[in-house]
Amino acid sequence: MLEVENLTVSIDNRTLLENVSISIAEGETRMLFGENGSGKTSLLMAIMGLGDYKVESGRILFKGEDITHLPTDERARRGIGIMFQRPPTITGLRLKELLELIERDNRDMEELARSLNFEKFLDRDINQGFSGGELKRAEILQLMVQDPDLVLLDEPESGVDLVNIDLIGRSIRGLLQKDLHKHRRKSGLIITHSGYILDYVEADKGCVLVNRTIWCTGNPHEILEGIRERRYEGCLTCQR
Amino acid sequence: MSEIKDRAEEAKEKRAEFGPDISLEEYTLDAPEYGARPLEEITEVDRERLLNAGVDVTGAERSGSFIQVDNSVIHAAPTQEGIEVQSTRAALEMYPWLEEYLWQLVRVDADKYTASAELNFQDGYFIRALPGAKSVFPVQACLYLKAASISQNVHNIVIAEEGSELHIITGCATDSPELSGLHIGVSEFYVKKNAKITFSMIHNWAENIAVRPRSGVRIGENGVFLNNYICLQPVNSLQLFPSAYLEGEGATARFNSVLMAGPGTHMDVGSRAVLSAPGTRCEMIARSITTGGEIINRGLLVGEVEGVKAHLECKGMILKGGGRIYAIPELDGRVEGVEMSHEAAVGKIARAEVEYLMARGLSEDDAVATIVRGFMHVDIEGLPPILKDQIDSAVELSNKSLL
Repeated sequence: MLEVENLTVSIDNRTLLENVSISIAEGETRMLFGENGSGKTSLLMAIMGLGDYKVESGRILFKGEDITHLPTDERARRGIGIMFQRPPTITGLRLKELLELIERDNRDMEELARSLNFEKFLDRDINQGFSGGELKRAEILQLMVQDPDLVLLDEPESGVDLVNIDLIGRSIRGLLQKDLHKHRRKSGLIITHSGYILDYVEADKGCVLVNRTIWCTGNPHEILEGIRERRYEGCLTCQR
Repeated sequence: MSEIKDRAEEAKEKRAEFGPDISLEEYTLDAPEYGARPLEEITEVDRERLLNAGVDVTGAERSGSFIQVDNSVIHAAPTQEGIEVQSTRAALEMYPWLEEYLWQLVRVDADKYTASAELNFQDGYFIRALPGAKSVFPVQACLYLKAASISQNVHNIVIAEEGSELHIITGCATDSPELSGLHIGVSEFYVKKNAKITFSMIHNWAENIAVRPRSGVRIGENGVFLNNYICLQPVNSLQLFPSAYLEGEGATARFNSVLMAGPGTHMDVGSRAVLSAPGTRCEMIARSITTGGEIINRGLLVGEVEGVKAHLECKGMILKGGGRIYAIPELDGRVEGVEMSHEAAVGKIARAEVEYLMARGLSEDDAVATIVRGFMHVDIEGLPPILKDQIDSAVELSNKSLL
């Protein structure tokens, strides 16, 4: 589904990612661990083609196609969706109107909103005055309507209270077709700082970003346990 | 009346407080006479231009219609009982008491334009809702410029009697985009006890038209006045600064404006509200976009008694093509215990917002258009759906021209 090959990315002549390679198969969910400032969000932004990120070398393949220099909207239309960690407010644009603009397959928006207990927000301006949990639910609702094949989630559990984390976890499982044990087509790359989301969404693999590059890949629970025990400094002593 | 005329004579050279000065001599008062006719006899070409200004010439879903071309009132008739629609001249003949309503809320000697409206009076509309009457559909009024270099001088009177409700949509337009002309319109609104007026004005002028509306509003006890002003098409010079006098306890006024100025357009637009009775409220919301023109956004709130509440919000966006937006929000609290506030902002389209929408699959152009449309979307409480649709389609039309 996604192949990132030796990707080096900079912004204002500052290198943010160095020789990053990552491969995510169809139906696979990948957890991406890393401390603050390690480049996790930069990787998602680069895959989505956002911001002033400049690809210095390497390439990004999606479903076999080189999308390294495609504009963001083209990537979205090819099936990549992203949950923003800090989405902007757009005054005067109601959530419902945005959903109508991005809707592709006559999905029942009201029903999807109800599944997130979010129907009363449909007539609100997008993200205007939303709490942390509401922002996440708005992002997930948009992704549900967009129905991407590859979902990029940037810290889906941050700012979410205990009541809503289960709801959000369940919705993410839906996005990633976790109820299908065969023929699962949806893939995910999920950034997590705390690893808390692993209690709600099972991942096939985990990897760690340290010092701007992917340091290791393996069982997500083992990686998380290792980080909890030895922190990220421990990763540096670990054999790659 | 001779005193009024004398004051007008004295003020006929007087420059206005705001806006570029216009030489009235450059315009003519001469125009052909156009005979009165039913709506269905309006020509196809005129129909389309009227429609762009929000006037539905079928007259369907309207409680009455008024159309004035240059100096001639070609149609004035209500279609609902309890609602009166006629020319000001005819109304003055019918109701001698109407004299008392003239020049009460706008000073005849305010400037050369008000003076001209008196000295060169060429009719206008009189719209009234009788006590307790409620307009089911909006009343539509259109002031139309057709003759070359015409100076149109009208005086409009709108009265919502006690407990009544009036929705008015006014569209102003010109016969051709090349036409040059001057529109001077004096409007006086009387919102009586427990009455409500929603007044939506869509201006659809042309690049060589100068416009000087002069309006005043008096709002009585628990009266409500909602004013929506939309000007998204080119105009040479537009200056207006209506005043609302909230004189009855619990009176409410709300002014919304949505403006767009391209190169060559100069707009000096705002509103003023004087809150002089307990429990009065006022809100002003302005959204301005320039793609190369100049917009001066004024707003003045005057709080004269304790406990009044008023807020002013003025936001501007400078798009590709540059231009200027100059926001001048003013608060004048004259006693202890007034609650008045304002917020003003001028900026550009945030890149993060464009990218956010692009990440959902919208092209860059569509993302920009969506953000601009949202910016111009003013949530107008209590607006009948038909007026909302009209405003939305004006915004939509201008949005397309941005791309």
